[in-house]
Amino acid sequence: MTIEELRTIAENERQARQKFQHHVCVCTAAGCLSSGADQVRDAIKKEVAEAGMAGEVLVKSVGCMGLCSAGPLVSVETEGQLFASVTPEDAAELVRSIDTGTTELKRCDTSAPFFERQRKIVLENSGKIDPERIEDYIANDGYRALVTAITEMTPSEIVALMVKSGLRGRGGAGYPTGLKWSTVAKTGEQAKYVICNADEGDPGAFMDRAVLESDPHRVLEGMAIAAYAVGAQSGYIYVRAEYPLAVQHLKTAIKQAERLGLLGNNICNSRFSFHVDIRLGAGAFVCGEETALIASIEGLRGTPRPRPPYPAQEGLWNCPTLINNVETFANVAPIVRNGAAWFAAIGTEKSKGTKVFALAGRVANTGLIEVPMGITLREIILQIGGGIPDGKRYKAVQTGGPSGGCVPEQHLDSPVDYESLARIGSIMGSGGMIVMDETSCMVDVARYFMEFCASESCGKCVPCRTGTGQMLAILEKITAGQATAADVALLEELCDLVKNTSLCGLGQSAPNPVVTTLKYFRDEYDRHISGEGCPICKEHAASSAEVSQ
Amino acid sequence: MQTYLGPVQPPTEDKRWKIVEATARRNGREPHTLIETLHTVQECFGYLDETALRFVASLLSVPLGRVYGVATFYHFFTLKPQGKHTCVVCTGTACYIKGAPALLSAIEKTYGIKPGETTADGELSVLTARCLGSCGLAPAAVVDGAVVGRVGAPALLACLGKGIRP
Repeated sequence: MTIEELRTIAENERQARQKFQHHVCVCTAAGCLSSGADQVRDAIKKEVAEAGMAGEVLVKSVGCMGLCSAGPLVSVETEGQLFASVTPEDAAELVRSIDTGTTELKRCDTSAPFFERQRKIVLENSGKIDPERIEDYIANDGYRALVTAITEMTPSEIVALMVKSGLRGRGGAGYPTGLKWSTVAKTGEQAKYVICNADEGDPGAFMDRAVLESDPHRVLEGMAIAAYAVGAQSGYIYVRAEYPLAVQHLKTAIKQAERLGLLGNNICNSRFSFHVDIRLGAGAFVCGEETALIASIEGLRGTPRPRPPYPAQEGLWNCPTLINNVETFANVAPIVRNGAAWFAAIGTEKSKGTKVFALAGRVANTGLIEVPMGITLREIILQIGGGIPDGKRYKAVQTGGPSGGCVPEQHLDSPVDYESLARIGSIMGSGGMIVMDETSCMVDVARYFMEFCASESCGKCVPCRTGTGQMLAILEKITAGQATAADVALLEELCDLVKNTSLCGLGQSAPNPVVTTLKYFRDEYDRHISGEGCPICKEHAASSAEVSQ
Repeated sequence: MQTYLGPVQPPTEDKRWKIVEATARRNGREPHTLIETLHTVQECFGYLDETALRFVASLLSVPLGRVYGVATFYHFFTLKPQGKHTCVVCTGTACYIKGAPALLSAIEKTYGIKPGETTADGELSVLTARCLGSCGLAPAAVVDGAVVGRVGAPALLACLGKGIRP
């Protein structure tokens, strides 16, 4: 494959596309699929065929368009229209009025803040290309970065580019990506591996799934560039077994890329070879931790080990291993294409680029968003998210899943970057963002996360195994209204202990939801232990009793 | 590296064991292919029983204890057969704050089973998932493989009631 051949494929694909007057894109990512998007697509195809417009209207399945709460979404690309909650019955109307535009279907206002305030780099192809066709990806500048990197750049130039871009790991910890790459690259010539961490275990996070489902080639391209830069020969994508559609799209993508010689032996007729294989996770949250993930790929129980040695020196089968998150790899190709300065111009001083968030919970617009770093939480929740529905009041936003914290109203104006979120007790995390209103009891939320951590603790180190269990027992006692002030004091002590003595990130960050709720919502804890009880918990108990009758 | 691995006799005539063997062989029957092989067993048989664990252990020359350790460590693997119908309730954060506990208590009241259990007649199993990633549609559940989003307790019970009597 040369750059000219790549251009020819792109040109042919673009010409084939231009033959059609209208492009109808139906979102068939997991969110819309569960509201029947596949039936909508088939109905539109049938209507187009019956109307004899098969030569004018192109109907294709695309990935996530972002606004999951309004699914199934259908866009008519040539007209710039986006329709929400489309049913198979709407297909006839949509096709009939494709030239004039219809007023009968529910439209999404694409000039609304939800669309206007976003800046898409990772998700730029998502919702636009057919994830199961490599040609569609190539026509959108796909694989140009890889071919350019291999044919025109040296590995050290690429590493330098990543360092200069300021990209930081999107898995949560924010370790500088360029630094990680250069550590692996410096280990000399030997067997090395590149691993893509797609074990998105945080409840409330679905960014990686959306990227893998909507644009799998982007991740493969990023991995291949990384492998070339650090001198690795093979790679693994460790993906959750709970994401069957993402696995299927990845498998298809790997086969297609191998067929075109963009993966496999002697890529672009160079000496560089790179093979990618998929490894399925099996439902263990701790496997998101890099050393546990490596153990899992080796076919063992997913338990972490102390670091150093870091995987960059001794990882998979004791070989130097580069582990990055899906979103990190998805940022690589645009950086190579547009340059480090372009990327570094977006975001804040220490956090560059954009971040994808999965916005969910008590907020009007739930779905997937990509925003520049440095945007405030208020802008995300009230403008992009459209505020809290049903006239309720905002209470907190939980970022970073079970490892993150709850951010109250007084900190809503904090910018979203690694340092600012850490300062207010939360973390960037992988990008789950759950909004809560006054119907959520914060003590119960803390108990929920502790239950998660206690059950997901791998059991290797004592502070995490027994500490999370002890904290859960106290939180259950508090929510049951049987605790005293001494229990809360013990809880605080345990938070400190577990945080400082656990082996891996799971235990070290498990107390975060408790610490932040204690800090910002102390009154709710007091209410539970004072004997008057929590009105929210009482109401929940009453309503669930009512349902079951 | 591995020494020569002799042929291993499948426990029964069942053709599905061939598929399991194929997965192991694709990776040279290396011990690290254990999780992949267990995935195949669960895909073919629905769960992992002692026969399967013993077969996988001999196939990959891995101690049975390690096979059992891995099979019980990961939540995705189940050692018990599932009911004819399954209902997986998502208990991710978004679903939790939007009412997943009410769904579970409604199922428990109607069918008398808790998460991880199966009704006595083997008709329904109820499970929980950490997060289905359908947070935009919370609360969500998966009934016999199909995701049902924005589901209330009455709607979920109606959905289950179609195929299963309480």
